[in-house]
Amino acid sequence: MSKKEKKLLTARFGNISPDSIDDYIKTGGYASLKKALGMAPDAIIAEVKASGLRGRGGAGFPTGIKMESVRRATGSPKYVVCNADEGEPGNFKDRYLMEKDPHQLIEGMIISAFAVGADYGAIFVRGEYIKAIKILDNAIKQARGAGFLGKNILGTGFDFDMDVYSGAGSYVCGEEFALLAALEGKPARSIFKPPYPTTEGLNGKPTQINNVETFANIPHIIDMGGAAYAAFGSETSTGTKLISLSGNVNRPGLYEVTYDITLREIIEELGGGVPGGRAIKMVQLGGPSGPIIPPSLLDLKIDANEMRAYNLSIASGAVIVIDDRADTLDILMRIMEFFHHESCGKCTPCREGLGQVLGLLDKLVDGRATDAELELLRNLLDVMSQASLCGLGQAAPTAIKSILQYFGDELYGRIGAAKEVK
Amino acid sequence: MDVKEVLDKYGNSPGRLLGAMLEYQRSKPQNYLTEEEIKAFAKETGLPVSRVYSLVTFYSLFSEVPRGKYIVQVCHDVPCHVNGSVNVVAELEKLLGIKMGETTDDGLFTLEYTSCIGCCEMAPAMQIGETVYGNLTPEKIASIIEELRRAGK
Ligand SMILES: Cc1cc2nc3c(=O)[nH]c(=O)nc-3n(C[C@H](O)[C@H](O)[C@H](O)COP(=O)(O)O)c2cc1C
Ligand code: SF4
Ligand code: FES
Repeated sequence: MSKKEKKLLTARFGNISPDSIDDYIKTGGYASLKKALGMAPDAIIAEVKASGLRGRGGAGFPTGIKMESVRRATGSPKYVVCNADEGEPGNFKDRYLMEKDPHQLIEGMIISAFAVGADYGAIFVRGEYIKAIKILDNAIKQARGAGFLGKNILGTGFDFDMDVYSGAGSYVCGEEFALLAALEGKPARSIFKPPYPTTEGLNGKPTQINNVETFANIPHIIDMGGAAYAAFGSETSTGTKLISLSGNVNRPGLYEVTYDITLREIIEELGGGVPGGRAIKMVQLGGPSGPIIPPSLLDLKIDANEMRAYNLSIASGAVIVIDDRADTLDILMRIMEFFHHESCGKCTPCREGLGQVLGLLDKLVDGRATDAELELLRNLLDVMSQASLCGLGQAAPTAIKSILQYFGDELYGRIGAAKEVK
Repeated sequence: MDVKEVLDKYGNSPGRLLGAMLEYQRSKPQNYLTEEEIKAFAKETGLPVSRVYSLVTFYSLFSEVPRGKYIVQVCHDVPCHVNGSVNVVAELEKLLGIKMGETTDDGLFTLEYTSCIGCCEMAPAMQIGETVYGNLTPEKIASIIEELRRAGK
């Protein structure tokens, strides 16, 4: 184990049966809930704020501030919703969290519900994750049986219950407004914002919506206290981060690390480097909606402060390694086809833009594109990121933009090819 | 399992309809929903037929056309792509004698693409029904298909 690996959320993985609440309790589970139920809700939120925890779903919003807004919001009932849609290619951390230690997530949600004053919770899991859905369903039943869910939890007078909801194949469902629509039994399409879910979320009521990994951190923060949690990390990035490492790497898999690790250490030390002694050509961070960076940037620590200087972030924690056999345009085509397929079609920049982008990439592939068309591509990408209604259309151009920034020659080179052909 | 049964199990709320319809569809040998069944879901939930249809057409795991008993879903997103998902598709097309998107004549297999199934650490990967298969090689693919052929007959 590397010095920069730290097992907090993954400590029970493989050491307990995910089907056994007794295993969870024997390893300290639900002790944080008991502790939290003896605290004032505001004190719980104060600990979360002190911990510096930021959302692990990608955007990195401070979780304590989100909880405070929900607590202060008027309107009832209130809800907590767990975003377990995990559809961004290259991410699998939430699947592990749900399949290997489901009660950790459930405990985090119950504590949050008590803090914000919610009486119902929903875990929205993508429809493909059939195993995770079954494990969570079973775990919720057990938690109810043990008195951690339901009426008058542990005799404190606090009522809270939750259920698992299945998606049915849609990436945009992970976008929080789309997810709330899906939870209401509608197609997953985003809406204009504000208002935000903290005041008008599920069924128009105040809702705390967080990623699986975010909720899974809550019991640990209550257990050790916000300040102790914040102590391992820097001012801008606290706690641990789950990394989904994939692509051309010897030991792909899930790693839990502290934020002082560099991307190169993740790939070389944890991942064992690229197979066959080949070289890294590029690395994509976060998934298709994230930037593609050159090997020269791999010595950056994943800490938010350090990455921000390059307009980067570790986001959801996916690190996808691409070796020197890959064709850049081939990779970009795959990414843009993904977005084109997943666009919900509600707004024009995204729906039409993606089709146009694919057309232009196609021209680049077979050397028919002109300089003017490459400029057109750049403009189109700007329009999409600025005018799209939701994060899907806004982030879809990121990969191509980063290729233009760091590997521009590869695209401009294809124009040269066209001229030679003529 | 009939429509009413599955809805009772899921608590008959609009939010749990997706899960209920998926489980119902999976329980059927041809893995699809007929017009009558979609209408039955609308009737039992009290939702307009148009609303239930909008779900079936929006979410990609639903099908309105009959498919094989086994839906072979091959992931082709970047982590699988750079680990040779193209070869997985070629191998499956050869073994099954069909192209991507088609169903075998005996009604056993349908070959489809899927977005990432969250098994990128086992790339290249595919999912058949509830089971995920990773680190696919031609030999592995052949034995999986062979086994399902035997089980499905
Ligand atoms: C297209 C799109 C897909 C998303 N998918 C997910 C997802 O699968 N899981 C997730 O937690 N957040 C996803 N997000 C981010 C959510 O909208 C939201 O920011 C997050 O659930 C907030 O939780 P957090 O603060 O704990 O990260 C997605 C965003 C967009 C725009
Ligand atoms: S940006 Fe794309 S996915 Fe988002 S609302 Fe517009 S069309 Fe739908
Ligand atoms: S990219 Fe294939 S399973 Fe994730």
